[in-house]
Amino acid sequence: MSTSTTAAPSTRADVNELQRIASQIRRDIVRQVHGVQSGHPGGSLGCADYFAALYFSVMRHKPQPWDMDGKGQDLFFLSNGHISPVFYSTLARSGYFPVSELATFRKIDSRLQGHPTTHEGLPGVRMASGSLGQGLSVGIGAALAKKMNGDDTLVFTLHGDGELQEGQIWEAAMFAAGKKVDNLISTIDYNGRQIDGDVDDVLPLGDLKAKWLAFGWDVLETNGNDMAALLKTLNEAKSRTGKGRPVMILMTTEMGQGVDFMMHSHEWHGIAPNDEQLKKALEQLPETLGDY
Amino acid sequence: MSTYPVLDQKDTRSGFGAGLHELGKTNPHVVALCADLTGSLKMDAFKKDFPERFVQVGIAEANMMGIAAGMTIGGKIPYTGTFANFSTGRVYDQVRQSIAYAGKNVKICASHAGLTLGEDGATHQILEDIGLMRMLPGMAVVVPCDYNQTKQATIAIADHDGPVYLRFGRPKWPVFIPADMPFELGKAQRLIEGTDVSIFACGHLVWRALQAAEELAKQGVKAEVINVHTIKPLDVEAILASVAKTGCAVSCEEHNRHGGLGDAIAQVLTTHAPAPQEFVAVNDSFGESGTPDQLLKKYGLDTPDIVKAAKAAIARK
Repeated sequence: MSTSTTAAPSTRADVNELQRIASQIRRDIVRQVHGVQSGHPGGSLGCADYFAALYFSVMRHKPQPWDMDGKGQDLFFLSNGHISPVFYSTLARSGYFPVSELATFRKIDSRLQGHPTTHEGLPGVRMASGSLGQGLSVGIGAALAKKMNGDDTLVFTLHGDGELQEGQIWEAAMFAAGKKVDNLISTIDYNGRQIDGDVDDVLPLGDLKAKWLAFGWDVLETNGNDMAALLKTLNEAKSRTGKGRPVMILMTTEMGQGVDFMMHSHEWHGIAPNDEQLKKALEQLPETLGDY
Repeated sequence: MSTYPVLDQKDTRSGFGAGLHELGKTNPHVVALCADLTGSLKMDAFKKDFPERFVQVGIAEANMMGIAAGMTIGGKIPYTGTFANFSTGRVYDQVRQSIAYAGKNVKICASHAGLTLGEDGATHQILEDIGLMRMLPGMAVVVPCDYNQTKQATIAIADHDGPVYLRFGRPKWPVFIPADMPFELGKAQRLIEGTDVSIFACGHLVWRALQAAEELAKQGVKAEVINVHTIKPLDVEAILASVAKTGCAVSCEEHNRHGGLGDAIAQVLTTHAPAPQEFVAVNDSFGESGTPDQLLKKYGLDTPDIVKAAKAAIARK
C-alpha cells in the first residue's frame, strides 16, 4: 500500500528562489556561529545549497504538526552533525520551529545543541549525531521500516567525506547494497577537507566513485554549489530509487562557499568569525528572507 | 527441602528465543536483528515464522545498532541479538549516541555474558557490560535468572517505552522460577525470607544464592534471598526494606566488582542506610577458559563463596 499520497508537498521552489533561500541560510549560519563564538561554519556554508534544494524542492515533508515517525514523508538524517548551523537554519526556515530560536544556538537551555539531538525535542531532528559514521546505518534502519510499513517515501542522508574514514560507514555501505535498500539516497559532501587539513593529506579516500560502485551502489556526481546542476541530480537520484540499488551522490562543494575569506581552506571548519569578519561575510550574502 | 525445586535444565538464551517467538505472534511492531549469531541467540524460530520482520545484518554490530535505532522511526520495536561483549563494549558509542541519547526504543539482547560462557575464554566473557550499560542515562538493565524468567523478561520489555539492555547466558542452568510467577520490570523478587543477612543476586548467581541460603540455614543463619533481575531502575525500596531488617548485605553477580549490581546496591545503602556489604563478584580481572563450574569456583563466585561472604557481612554488623 502506498502512503506517498499523504505526504504534504513542500514548497517547490525554482532555482532562483532556492538560491535566494540558500543566501539567507548562509547568513543564518555565520550569524549563529558568530553569536556564540563557536560552531562549524565551513562545511555548513558548503552544504547550504544542498539543504535549500532538499527541503524547499526535493523532499516531500510536513513540518507541522511535527511527527517523529514521519510516515508518508521523506526523511533526512544528518550524519556529520557538526554542520548543525545549516541544518537548524533550514529547519527553521521551512517551518519546523520559530526562526527566532536560531539565536539560542549552542547556548545554555537551548534546543539547538552544538550537535543535533532528539534529546531536547527539537522538531525536525530525528536522530542524535556528532560522533561520526553512524547516520548511514540509521538511515538504512528508517528505510527498512518504511519498506515494512508499505510506505514508499524516501530516506536521505548526508555525510562528510572525512567521515568516510569511519569503518561503520562501510559496514552500512555493504548492507544497503547487499540487502537492496533502494529507498535510500545518500550524499557525500565531497569538499576534500577535514579538521586537520586536506582529506588527501590526513587519509586519502582513493577512488571514491569506484568504491561505491564496487559496493553495489548507483552513483551520481554533481556540483553541490551549482543549484541548477544540484537540483537536476537530486531529482535524477529520486528517479533511480526503487530499482534494487541504494543511490549515492558524490557532491563536490567548496568549504566556506559564499564567504570569500572562508573558502579554499580547511581553516574555517570549526572556528567563529569576529565582529569585523561577520560584517565582511554578511556583505557577501544578501538578506533575502529577513534575519532572525 | 528446597523451596525452589529444579524444574528443568535449560539455557537462558533459549528463554530469550522463546520469548521473542511469542512476541512475534503477539506484537506486530517487534522486529529482530542479528549479527550472524541466529543459532547462538536462539532466534531461529522467530526468523522462520516471521522472516519479513527479521534482519540478518552480518558481522557488523555497529551497523546493527544504528539500523535498530533507525527502525524505531516508523514505529518498530527492534530486538538486537548478539553476544554481550559485542552488544556493549564493541558498540558503546553507537549505543550511547544513536540509542540512549537519542532515546530510541531498542531492546539490546545480549547472550553469552559472564564467566559461564566457559571455554571461549576472556575475549568473549565480558564482565563489564552491566556497568557500561547502567551508566547510560535512560537505559534499563535487566538480568534475569533462569529460562522462565528470561522468557518473561523478553516479553515484558516490549511494553517498556525506551532502551533496554537484557543480559543472559549460554550454559544450561537450573530452571527454578515457576512459569506463572509474576514478573514486573523494576520490582525485585524476595525468593527466601530471612532476618540475618540480605543476599542480593542477579542472573545465574541467583541459583547459587539459593543454594547458599540452604547451606546457611543448616548452620542456623536465616538468609533472605532477593532476585534483583532489574538493576536499573533499581528497586530501592525492596533493598532498603530488607537491609533494615537484616542489617547487612551480600551482592552476587557474574561481573566485575566494579560497576555492577554490587555498586548499585552500595550506592543505595551509603545514601540512605549505611550497612556492611560484601561483594561476590570478579575481583577486577578478566576471565579465562574453563567449564562454568570451574570458573565460578576459581573466581570466587560459587556457593561456598556466598556463604563465606554472608558470614563476613554478619560479623561486621
